[in-house]
Amino acid sequence: MPEQLAFTIEVFLNGLMAGVLYALVALGFVLIYKASGIFNYAQGVMALFAALTLAGIIDGQVPFSHLINAILGTDIHHFGWHVPAFLAILLTMVVMIGLAYAVQRLVFRHLVGQEPIILFMATIGLAYFLEGVGDLMWGSDIKSMDVGLPQGLNTWIDDTTFNAFGYGFFIDNLDIVASIIAALLVIGLVMFAQYTKQGRAMRAVADDHQAALSVGVSLNFIWILVWSLAGFVALVAGIMWGTKSGVQFSLSLIALKALPVLMLGGFTSIPGAIVGGLIIGVGEKLFEFLIGAPFLGGATENWFAYMLALIFLVFRPQGLFGEKIIERV
Amino acid sequence: MKLKMTTLALGAALAAGPAMAELVFPSLSYRTGPYAANGIPFADGYADYFTLLNERDGGIGGEPIRMIECETGYNTEKGVECYESTKGEGALVYQPLSTGITYQLIPKATADGIPVHSMGYGRTSAKDGSVFSNIFNYPANYWDGASVAIKHLLDLNGGSLEGKKIALVYHNSAYGKEPIRTLEELGKKHGFELSLLPVDHPGQEQKSQWLQIRREKPDNVIMYGWGVMNQVAVQEAANIRYPMDQFIGIWWSGSENDVRPAGEKANGYKALTFHNVGDDFPVFDDIQKFVVDAGKAAGAGDQIGTALYNRGLYAAMLAAEAAKTAQGIHDTKALTPAQMRDGMEALEITEAKMADLGLPNFGPEFTVSCENHGGNGYGAVAQWDAAADSWSLITDYIQSDQDVLAPLVTEDAQAFAAESGIEPSC
Repeated sequence: MPEQLAFTIEVFLNGLMAGVLYALVALGFVLIYKASGIFNYAQGVMALFAALTLAGIIDGQVPFSHLINAILGTDIHHFGWHVPAFLAILLTMVVMIGLAYAVQRLVFRHLVGQEPIILFMATIGLAYFLEGVGDLMWGSDIKSMDVGLPQGLNTWIDDTTFNAFGYGFFIDNLDIVASIIAALLVIGLVMFAQYTKQGRAMRAVADDHQAALSVGVSLNFIWILVWSLAGFVALVAGIMWGTKSGVQFSLSLIALKALPVLMLGGFTSIPGAIVGGLIIGVGEKLFEFLIGAPFLGGATENWFAYMLALIFLVFRPQGLFGEKIIERV
Repeated sequence: MKLKMTTLALGAALAAGPAMAELVFPSLSYRTGPYAANGIPFADGYADYFTLLNERDGGIGGEPIRMIECETGYNTEKGVECYESTKGEGALVYQPLSTGITYQLIPKATADGIPVHSMGYGRTSAKDGSVFSNIFNYPANYWDGASVAIKHLLDLNGGSLEGKKIALVYHNSAYGKEPIRTLEELGKKHGFELSLLPVDHPGQEQKSQWLQIRREKPDNVIMYGWGVMNQVAVQEAANIRYPMDQFIGIWWSGSENDVRPAGEKANGYKALTFHNVGDDFPVFDDIQKFVVDAGKAAGAGDQIGTALYNRGLYAAMLAAEAAKTAQGIHDTKALTPAQMRDGMEALEITEAKMADLGLPNFGPEFTVSCENHGGNGYGAVAQWDAAADSWSLITDYIQSDQDVLAPLVTEDAQAFAAESGIEPSC
């Protein structure tokens, strides 16, 4: 196989894997927007908060220790134990459900019927509040995220492709795991939405919340459920991105990677988030490899992702899988 | 009427900026935001050294120190607000701790007559004191860093880099682009091939750059990164199994934060530094006794000896020594910003002086003058030992290639002077 073709295939495969990671972030946005019409600006910070909480629980860190020490004059930082990753993930999920409940009861319950821009503004406030609480709770030092996920070169793929093509492809084990988890997540979410009572209620609320209310669906419950699911997706995204870079406050910026995915895939489609992520991932990586690095000096991925999304928007404003809005007057 | 006249007189006296009874050092820190993990240890080191001087020596030359901390969040606008809100307090010198804030403060501080010390960052050509009268960037700058890295590689390669391939992975910003011109010139001089790999902010996704490195197999990678970009780069280098001892970061890519997330795989990674590492210096015993044990530490006391804590402490030490020099020149204990500037311009750091301060071999020896605000351009290489969870210096302080750098500094400073209407003078 010509060397350049082998390189291109390697870049394509890595683009697919990167796209899955973008899609993981985009999924959280889709879930909340679909069910409540809220564009959740805080989704990136939720991923950060979930990752901070998970890393803190695993490490046996005392939450709010700086605050406690400052008030009580104590010097406590750790409980002195390490929590197994699986149990810590469950405990983090309990925290995220608690957060969903608090957000619904304290913020959005009071904003029912408000304009979408008001709800959007509320999520901006929520993002900054949550970032501050995360800092106060767990500190701002960079934490390692070790839940036992493999990372680094997949030697089997490297060896196999080297024997077949004379060039060993680099595929990161973490990306492979992320792809499997994303696939399971999407299958799980779709099955939940299709085959469970709560899932059907969630879809009913998404279609017309007033009609759903009239047949006895509890809006409060559904919105807490949806924010909890978005919290779960944020936790998964936080684990994956946190494993790559350590858990730190820049993690909230991964939301920037999700926006072109949403523009392309549509704000209301779970498969759209995945397909959008894959197109953005492959598109930006191939553009960087074939045009950006050789001719434009590199670092084209960020703007190219948005440009690609804008091109799609021109032809399909609702995104690839978004619902076409027809208003009769 | 009498009261009004008194008020006016008092106001006029304050505006004239008399020498204050305290030595005021603002600290433009960032303890919040995406870069807080780096901002906290620096701010702690900066504060703890001044606290030590107050508690142990009664200040500098018997004059107490008042440090004003202002949170910038590493945000340029907030940094300028901090400057504006604290300069009237008698601020003697600003350490902006951000290249963006430094660029904004260059004209403002110069007009206000307050010196700025951008230590290892900011505008490199501020080294030319004949143009940048109030800006100081000793002991080393970004271009020194690039040259020191190349000199280290020359040492490792028997004095020749002919035919070698060196990749620069850099933050795609004004900061990250700083070493390009220097490395291009050094490439011409030493015959190595330079490839440039920009990484867009914030740098969480670098797969393309590291796949390119895997394909092109450069002999060495130099990194000018910041924040999350550093941690991801070290992790990606480990993922593609790039030899860590051939990977060198600038000093802003050389804290414990940058290597710990990659665990064992970061072992052997190198970073430049212009000060020593660890806590095996007599001054830390005094900090423990007079600051930490007395409950007066700026933080929890858990950052002492880390790379960035030491950098903050070193910056405070240089500010205090410049203040001492100014007190000597002007024969006064209380200082004005103009007098502090004179002290910075006459600063001389010798090994004997550092040993007296409890910091033997903590930094390079250097002298500052009217023409040279940047010191002598010395830097060293530190290497990360993952098992020991610590950095160690693996070289002496190496001087940058002044034959290449001096003309570049002069050229850039002269261009700034021409566009700003400054008449260079010393």
